[in-house]
Amino acid sequence: MNINLTLVIQMVVFALLIWFTMRFVWPLVLGAMHEREKRIADGLAAGDRGQRLLVNAQDQIEKMLIEAKDRARQIEDQAARRSNEAIDAAKQLAQAEGARIVSAARDEAASEANRARDQLRKEFGSMVVVGASRLLEREVDAKTHAQLLDKLADEVARG
Amino acid sequence: MATSEHGEQTATGYIVHHLQNLSFGDGGFWTVHLDSLFFSILLAGLFGGSFYAAARNAARQREAGLPSRFQSFVELVVEFVDSQVKETFRGESRLIAPLALTIFCWVFLFNAMDVVPVDLLPAIGENVLGLHALKVVPSTDLNITFGMSLTVFLLCIYFSIKIKGLGGFVAELTLQPFSSPSKPVQALLMPINFLLESITFLARPVSLALRLYGNLYAGEMIFLLIAVMTLNLGLADLASFGGILAGIAQFIAGLVWALFHLLVITLQAFIFMMLTIVYMSMAHEHH
Repeated sequence: MNINLTLVIQMVVFALLIWFTMRFVWPLVLGAMHEREKRIADGLAAGDRGQRLLVNAQDQIEKMLIEAKDRARQIEDQAARRSNEAIDAAKQLAQAEGARIVSAARDEAASEANRARDQLRKEFGSMVVVGASRLLEREVDAKTHAQLLDKLADEVARG
Repeated sequence: MATSEHGEQTATGYIVHHLQNLSFGDGGFWTVHLDSLFFSILLAGLFGGSFYAAARNAARQREAGLPSRFQSFVELVVEFVDSQVKETFRGESRLIAPLALTIFCWVFLFNAMDVVPVDLLPAIGENVLGLHALKVVPSTDLNITFGMSLTVFLLCIYFSIKIKGLGGFVAELTLQPFSSPSKPVQALLMPINFLLESITFLARPVSLALRLYGNLYAGEMIFLLIAVMTLNLGLADLASFGGILAGIAQFIAGLVWALFHLLVITLQAFIFMMLTIVYMSMAHEHH
């Protein structure tokens, strides 16, 4: 084992290899690694951002949901109130109409009864006159006894 | 192949043969170890080529998609080296991290050649290519390990002078560890300081190279000793009881040592890288 020219050649080869690594290998590999690190970091940051946005959106959705529910309830209440009001109004109208019809019928019935009563009284009066003249066997002068007859007819009618 | 007169290999001959480099030259300084350099350059190409392909892939894929598995592996290694550099070295340098990556991967690949069965590539070299010797592990060649440690050493000197100035570098070697407020005493202490500091400084590349070389050389040697267990056993011998026993023992020993060696090759590559980072960061430090 002796030292010889091999050593010098090895030094040259070594120097060339160092230069090659320094010039071509190291910067490329390290550059790509840093690039990838940056991309991964960016991706993670984007993921975080997305997560935050998602959480925000979910919050908003919940808020909107609660609001919508409130609103629906309000609308429902309003509708119920309205329909009750309408029903009440209709009921009142119907009652008023009914009352009107009943009172009109009652009026008519009363006037009808009066008319019948008048007619009955008149017929009864003439019947009384006819009966009295039969009894007396003579003509009763209606004119002469009109006062009496009317009084009688009145009593009958009242009675 | 080194054989005895009876056509049988001796254990010593086998081991010595395995520790011989395929060299070209007169045997003096102007000799080149073809095998060490061939595997060194081959593995440099393997590291550089595969990492460059992954890097290109990474650069092209910047916008779209997941990295491929090999690219992920490359990024894992790069990130590991980068974190080691950042923990040790706090300054700005475009060189140290790529230097550390090169050392870690290249030395690891050198060392990984050690777990290739010891006779596989030499046998192919001898029988197919007619090579009389072949040493496949570059880090068991002192020229290779010193080539690397001296390059690191030169870089340290260069950056020391570049960062601190020549005066700063000389001051670092002469004004510590012993210093005195009075000038004459300091002047007296300077040679002592210089002696101590220069030994420390020169010990760095030597220890760096010898540590790697020693560990891998020893590992290789153990593989060779394990291989010697069944040396000169023919098929007939292997069928005998002793032959079977020797075969099983060799298999188990080889397996255990290879598994343990996986730790050693990684650790040695790591140590070479870490010490380089430490030395380079010391070169960048101000006092």
